[in-house]
Amino acid sequence: MAKLKDLAAIEDRLVAGHGMCIGCGIPLIFKVILRATEDPLIIANATGCLEVCTTIFPRTSWNVTWVHSAFENAASTISGIEVMYKALKKKGRIPKDKRFKFLGVGGDGGTYDIGLQALSGAVERGHDIVYVCYDNNVYANTGGQRSSATPIGASATTSPAGTQSPGKIQRRKDLTKVLVAHNIPYVAQASPHRWQDLYNKAKKAFEVEGPAFLNVLCLCPTEWKYDESLGIRLAHMAVDTCVWPLYEVENGKYKINYKPKEKKPVLEWIKTQGRFRHLFKEKNAWVLEEFQKQVDQDWEELNKLESL
Amino acid sequence: MSKFVTLNGNQTIGEAARQIDPDVIAAYPITPSTAIVETIAKFKADGLISGEFVCPESEHSAMSLCIGAASAGGRVMTATASQGLALMWEMLYIAAGLRLPIVAAIANRSLSAPINIHGDHSDTMGARDSGWIQIYSENCQEAYDNFIQAFRIAEHLDVRTPVLVGLDGFIISHSMEVIQVEDDAEVKKFIGEYKSLYPLLDSKVKMTVGPIDFTDYYFEHKRNQLEGIENAPQVIEEVGKEFGKKFGREYGFFEGYRLDDAELCIVAMSSAAGTCKDAIDELRSEGKRVGLLKPRIFRPFPHQRISEALIKMKAVAVLDRSSSPGAFGAPLFTEIRSALYDYEERPKITNYVYGLGGRDIKIEHFKEVTDDLEKIAETGKVEKVYSYINLRE
Repeated sequence: MAKLKDLAAIEDRLVAGHGMCIGCGIPLIFKVILRATEDPLIIANATGCLEVCTTIFPRTSWNVTWVHSAFENAASTISGIEVMYKALKKKGRIPKDKRFKFLGVGGDGGTYDIGLQALSGAVERGHDIVYVCYDNNVYANTGGQRSSATPIGASATTSPAGTQSPGKIQRRKDLTKVLVAHNIPYVAQASPHRWQDLYNKAKKAFEVEGPAFLNVLCLCPTEWKYDESLGIRLAHMAVDTCVWPLYEVENGKYKINYKPKEKKPVLEWIKTQGRFRHLFKEKNAWVLEEFQKQVDQDWEELNKLESL
Repeated sequence: MSKFVTLNGNQTIGEAARQIDPDVIAAYPITPSTAIVETIAKFKADGLISGEFVCPESEHSAMSLCIGAASAGGRVMTATASQGLALMWEMLYIAAGLRLPIVAAIANRSLSAPINIHGDHSDTMGARDSGWIQIYSENCQEAYDNFIQAFRIAEHLDVRTPVLVGLDGFIISHSMEVIQVEDDAEVKKFIGEYKSLYPLLDSKVKMTVGPIDFTDYYFEHKRNQLEGIENAPQVIEEVGKEFGKKFGREYGFFEGYRLDDAELCIVAMSSAAGTCKDAIDELRSEGKRVGLLKPRIFRPFPHQRISEALIKMKAVAVLDRSSSPGAFGAPLFTEIRSALYDYEERPKITNYVYGLGGRDIKIEHFKEVTDDLEKIAETGKVEKVYSYINLRE
C-alpha cells in the first residue's frame, strides 16, 4: 500500500504555477494519478479547465509530454499516439526496453458529451490507453453550463433555476456504466478525498493491458458555489450519500470499494452547494425526492451487480 | 521494374500506400473513397504492409488519430471524401497548425444537401483555407504519381505541411485505367526515410504541444505557420522534376495543352481536363486557336505562373466544379482573376460552374465555351461573368 510520504517524495508531473481556481479538484486528482506510473507518460488533453489553465503560452505546468488538439477528440488523439508507438516499436525504431504510458484526459463536457463517441471508439478498438474523466458535473471552462453529468435539480447557466424551472430536470448520465458496457479490462469510479483508493485505481489502470477508464468526481467550488474550505468534505459526502459510489469493474466483475456505514440522505450533500439552493423551496421539493429516489435505485442496482 | 497494371483510382491510391507503407494509416470508409480503405485493409490482412492500420469510428476521429500519430513521430496517411472531409474540417486546421505532414487522398465528391455521392470539388474547395497543400489529379496515373510525391512535399523540412491529393469521385476513383506502377523499392527510395523533428515519443524530452495562445502570441504563430506553405512551391517543383527524372513523368504546377500559340484558353482541373483535351483537338482541327490550362496545385495557388501563362490570351474561361455562394465567382475563377489584376494588359475572363453532383461535361460543352470565348475575343466584352454548363434552368 502506498504511503503518503512515499508519494510526496515522487517528483510532481503537474507542477505549480497553473491557473486553476482555489479549491479546484483537478490538481488534487492528477497529482495522485500521475504518481501511479513511473514510466514516461504522454497525455492527450481535451479542451477544458485543465488544458486551458496549465498551458498558457509560453508557460506550461506539465513535467511530462502533453498534447492538446481539440475538445471532443482526446481519446482519438491518444489512440493515434499509442498506435504510432506500436508501429515504431515493431519496426525497431523505438528500443524494445523503452516503455511509454498513454493517458487521455477530459472533463465531463469532453467525455460524457462531445467526446463520448471518440472515447467509445478508442476503447472498442482496444488501445492500450488509460482515460481519466474529471467529472465536475458542469461545463466549468465556459462558465457553468449544464452537461449530461449535471445532477437533477442543479442550476446551471443553461439550465437555470427560475420561477418556472427547478434547474436541470434530467437525470444524469451514468457514464461509468456506459464504459463497463464496452467490456474493457478495467473501469473504476473514484474520488479525490480517498487518495489511496484513487492511487490504487490509477495504478491498476496503468498496469492492465488494453483500455482502462477512470471516472473521478471533481470538486468545483466556482460552479457548485460553496466555500472552498469545504471541498474535501463535499467529496466525502458525495460518497457517503451514494451520489458518487466508489467501485471498480475488473474484467466485468463489480467491486464496491467503500460502503458507508450509514448511508446519508442526498440532502446532506446538496445543502452547502449554492447550485441546489432553490431546491429548498417548497414547490421544488419533488426534485429532491426524485434525486433521492434515483440515488437509492442506483445504489441498490450497484449492490446487486456486485453480488453477481 | 515498373509494370503496367489495370487499376481504378482508389486501387492506385491503395497500391501507392502499400509501396510507401506509412507507419500509421487511419481512415473511415465513405463513398467514393471506401475502396481505398478496403484495399489497404486487405493488404494489411495479407501481410503486405507493415504499418498499423486503424479503423476509427468517424472521420473526425480518423483525422484526430492521424494528428496524434503524426505528432508521435511517424509517417501517416488517411483517405476520405465529401461529408467525411467536412467532418474532419475542424481537425484539418489543427493538422496544418501543428505543421504535421499528414497525407490524405480525397475522392472528390459533392456536399449535401441534397445528398449525392458523385464527383465535384465542393469538399476540397471547402477546405481551401485550412492550410493544407492541395493537388488535383486528372486520371489514375496522376493520382498515383501525385500521391507518392505528396509525401516528399509534406515531409520536406522546409514545408512540414499536410497535403491532400484529389481524384474525382467515381470518374477517377472507380474508372479502370492501365497505369504504370513503379517498382516497390524505387518508390521507397524516392520517398526516403521520414524523421520527425519533434516526436512526442522521445523519452528524453518532455514537450507541451498545442498550448493555448492568447492575443500576445497567436498572431505571430499564425504568421509563422504560413512559412511551410510559402516554402512549398520550390519543393513542389523540385519533387516534380525529380519524379520525372526517375520515373519519366514530370510534374509542375499546371499542365498546358496546346497553349503555346493559343489565343483562347479554357482553365479546368482534374478529370474534366481529359475531355477538354479531346475537345481542343477537334476545335484545333477546325482552326480554332484554343488551349487548356489544367492547374495541378491549387494550394499554394501558383498565381504568378498561371498569370504568365494566361496573360497573352485574348479570352479565358475558368471552369469550376464547385460554387462559392455569394462570392464574386467560384474558387478557381476568383483566384485567377485576382492573379491577373496586377497586369495592365490582361485577357477578358469568364467563369462557368459545371459538373456539380457528378453531372457530365462533354466535348460539346467545351465547344460551347469556346464559342463564347470567340465572341468575347471578338467584341472585347464579357456578357456574363458567371454562368453554368449543362444545367436545366
